[in-house]
Amino acid sequence: MKKSNSIWFNLDWITVLLYLILVFLGWINIYAAVYSDEHQSILDIGQKYGKQLIWIVAGIFLAIMVLTIDSRFFTAFAYHIYGITILLLVAVLFIGKEVNGAKAWFEFGGIALQPAELAKFATNLALAKCISQFEFKIQKLRSYIILIVIILVPALLIILQNDTGSALVFAVFVFVFFREGMNGMVLFWGFSAAALFILSLLLDQFDLTIFLLIISLAAFGVLRQSVKEPLIGFGVLAGTFIAIWGIDNVAGLGGTPMQLIIVTTAINALLLIAYGIFRHVAEVWRIILFFIFAVCISVSVNYFYSNVMEPHQRDRIDQVLGRKVDKLGKGYNVNQSKIAIGSGGIIGKGFLKGTQTKYNFVPEQSTDFIFCTVGEEWGFVGATTVVGLFLLLLIRLVTVAERQRSQFSRIYGYGVACILFFHIAINVSMTIGLAPVIGIPLPFFSYGGSSLWAFTILLFIFLRLDASRTKNLR
Amino acid sequence: MDLFSKRKYLIIGLFSLVSLIIVIRLFYIQVIDSSYKISAASNVLRREINYPARGVIYDRNGKLLVFNQAAYDVLITPRELKSFDTLSFCHLVGVDKSELINEINKAKSYSRFKPSPIIKQLSSQMYAVLQEQLFKYPGFFIQARTLRQYPSKIAAHVLGYVGEVDQKIIDGNPYYENGDYIGRSGIEKIYEEQLRGVKGISYKMVDVHQIVKGSFENGRLDTAAVIGKNLVSTLNADLQSYGERLLSGKVGSIVAIEPSTGEILVLASSPTFDPGLFVGRERSKNFAKLLNDPYKPMLNRAVTSSYPPGSTFKLANALIGLQYGILQTVRFSCAGKGSSPIKCTHSHESPLPLISAIRESCNSFFWQAFKSEINHFAKPADGLVSFRKSLLEMGIGKKIGGDLFSETSGSIPSVAYYNKYYGAGGWNALTIRSLSIGQGEMLVTPLQLSNMVALIANRGYYISPHLVRGIQENNIALDSLHFEKHIVSAGAANYEMIVDGMEQVVENGTGRTTAKLDSLTVCGKTGTIQNPHGEAHSAFVAFAPKINPKIAIAVYIENGVWGAKYAAPIASLIIEKYLKGKIAPRRQHFEDAMINSDLISTMKIEHGD
Repeated sequence: MKKSNSIWFNLDWITVLLYLILVFLGWINIYAAVYSDEHQSILDIGQKYGKQLIWIVAGIFLAIMVLTIDSRFFTAFAYHIYGITILLLVAVLFIGKEVNGAKAWFEFGGIALQPAELAKFATNLALAKCISQFEFKIQKLRSYIILIVIILVPALLIILQNDTGSALVFAVFVFVFFREGMNGMVLFWGFSAAALFILSLLLDQFDLTIFLLIISLAAFGVLRQSVKEPLIGFGVLAGTFIAIWGIDNVAGLGGTPMQLIIVTTAINALLLIAYGIFRHVAEVWRIILFFIFAVCISVSVNYFYSNVMEPHQRDRIDQVLGRKVDKLGKGYNVNQSKIAIGSGGIIGKGFLKGTQTKYNFVPEQSTDFIFCTVGEEWGFVGATTVVGLFLLLLIRLVTVAERQRSQFSRIYGYGVACILFFHIAINVSMTIGLAPVIGIPLPFFSYGGSSLWAFTILLFIFLRLDASRTKNLR
Repeated sequence: MDLFSKRKYLIIGLFSLVSLIIVIRLFYIQVIDSSYKISAASNVLRREINYPARGVIYDRNGKLLVFNQAAYDVLITPRELKSFDTLSFCHLVGVDKSELINEINKAKSYSRFKPSPIIKQLSSQMYAVLQEQLFKYPGFFIQARTLRQYPSKIAAHVLGYVGEVDQKIIDGNPYYENGDYIGRSGIEKIYEEQLRGVKGISYKMVDVHQIVKGSFENGRLDTAAVIGKNLVSTLNADLQSYGERLLSGKVGSIVAIEPSTGEILVLASSPTFDPGLFVGRERSKNFAKLLNDPYKPMLNRAVTSSYPPGSTFKLANALIGLQYGILQTVRFSCAGKGSSPIKCTHSHESPLPLISAIRESCNSFFWQAFKSEINHFAKPADGLVSFRKSLLEMGIGKKIGGDLFSETSGSIPSVAYYNKYYGAGGWNALTIRSLSIGQGEMLVTPLQLSNMVALIANRGYYISPHLVRGIQENNIALDSLHFEKHIVSAGAANYEMIVDGMEQVVENGTGRTTAKLDSLTVCGKTGTIQNPHGEAHSAFVAFAPKINPKIAIAVYIENGVWGAKYAAPIASLIIEKYLKGKIAPRRQHFEDAMINSDLISTMKIEHGD
């Protein structure tokens, strides 16, 4: 039978299903976000949700088109696609249309196209092609330089368009390099130090402490080569916190969240020390030392920031980190977004019952801040479900990437996962005040044809490659 | 085959870790922290307040004393402001540019999203002009308010004024909030709850532009505004106005009471002011001016100031002696050993019985009466305790008003007071003799004096003097107000003796030239109060007619030289006007003299009073 060679047979339907679910959820949330009594029909193409449906249908056609292309096309023309995209990025600087201060759009008779969106999969293709070359050895300095150039050219062109958010996405390819053999320790230590520094400034002590606790647990797991131990540790930690929170509520002690977490940490440190002593686990001491060391760094970074730096230096950092708390000015969006999500409670206000998003308190509510509608109308349960669906998709993509016979396909697959990951993490984090406001869309959710099509093409090229995973593509 | 395939776990771990952080954060802001829910409610709901019209106040004959007039506040929502022609706007509303900019900045610092008033109490004329031009000024809107209006500019002290609530009031009473108005003095304050009505509150769902999208929960939480109730005052507006005219140029007060009901007909304090000064945009300027006036026009002297009562007090002294049963038949000489040390100031037949002593206002008689009253008990202290108790029963030296704002109690010195100065047992009737003729440490308010006369006119009771007789809703009278009746039993015959004495004062005594009216028996008593700081004060108390009295009055003129000089003519003119409707031609010169006399410009200002 020819069946085993059929695209439809080999297509990864799990990913397709997740894609369809997410696109559908995005669509009904756009409907909820801009819903008003005057325009109730979800099919009204005068409204954003009506248009989004058109984008979705068109996107599915695009996906089918991508699937009908021979997979060898992508390996053969990876560099060409990359080159054309670079030309478009240059061209848009001269003949593009300016929207919201970013000169990033081509307009062809009502349809807007953003070359920066194309650059994501084009760069991904080029990187996959480059790394999968037989003679390419990633640990060489020359190799690093080539890879950095491939990334930096589109990134810099996008920065010139005044769209820093989209440019930052390209940093995420380091994870792909890591998977392909880049020296892990360099990545790990560089990343940790930078992250700790930024997080110390960005998060309040409460969030940071939770973050460090989880990091410590994860590190413990790595050192012990165990998944079970950090999981148990996390369970105990969360259990203790919920118990203390419950006691505090029932007894009406009125402890601040910070006080609760300090008590939790202290109890768990004692438990961990006891575990270390009785089970002779030497790593316990290293982890406790690591935790204390990290806390010290975070406290001293804050001290340095507030007592050593000049005010204008602080301002600059605040602007970069989006830390200026100006609830009515620059911070207005985030504050309103947090109010919308926070007011959702556990199960949310119900479909179309959200008041914050519906009455336009949240700006950009159907594009960059679409997650607010999820949080407000579907509550913690709904928001967690959406985050969970995204995580499932990412894990599925990694799994599918790992089963590729061809390195090209695997690299491209990791690229897709990492690009999606960056968008999801940053977009959701900014709506809940965890990340500075960087104007990047939530994949499959945010309103807009250009980004939906770009993500669709990005994803379905990988699915096309996967459908011929038995071939060795280079 | 692949050296690094285990790294997929690290990458999956990273994805999971970030997801976990997001979920924990979501749990924190959605489940643990409730502050966002509160913010969300205030974001979406707009409380709209519907201010009911404040009740109006009538005089006892249905004449309007206070009514409402529309005024307009200009509000801005800073977020919606666009640049506009400030100069022409300032011209429209009559403010200068720096003031406008200052107000706009204040509004911005309060909130960029909530409206705040920047120009208050715009007149109807300005409103009419501004409304046509308003489309040029996005972010500006107008809110209607009502202002108090006073058709005859009288009774400023009685009516009081309305002002914006301050933080202290807001903290103390949950009904009020920023921008609300409240009665700050007088009837406006005492009857605040009836006058204000109940403001209505409706909750509207709004979007970020404050545009109303519908009512909240179908108006389940909305409350309707209840219009303020109207008050019928006890004042007689014409008589009040006449009293204020008679007081012009003098510092003093008039209190006239209808004895049978305790209703205050006139309550005038001079100098006074136009109650309309406290309304409108000049309000704070006017307020400061009145506050700094050395004659203290805002002080309601009729109920707040207390003075020595002088000879008018002899009536109370006599009543106590009659209650003890020691003055009915006794005669005291104004010469000889018993009279020492208080001698009579003028010559008359001697010794005198009580009625004649009242007519002659014989100091010597009333000192000896007082001595007998104090020595009626074993110890002087017991005598004073009983004397003071009797006075308090008569409503002298304590608050008696039913609904009076800023009333003070005056003071009758107690045993403790004298013990402090002279030591227990170190004093006797002689030491405190000046009380007998209403001088010395005793202080009473003009209100208490007029109430004392009402008690005598009623021959044995008084009703707490008050300013409001009824409350109306939609012009239908609600149940009328009840004020306490106080009985002071001293025997009807004894009251008649005092009444006869008072009749004698006007017929043949100190009041005969100034207070005697044709075919109407006025019963009165003069008082000339020694004043160490300047001219003596002039006091007169009276009621009329003798049988079935309709009016009891007290007039107190600071530095009025002697009782019959200002107080007696003023009191008698008011009685005449009230009971006869007009002033007899032969007495017209009194009216002219009173209205035109000016004591203030020649008066030395007393400080620290």
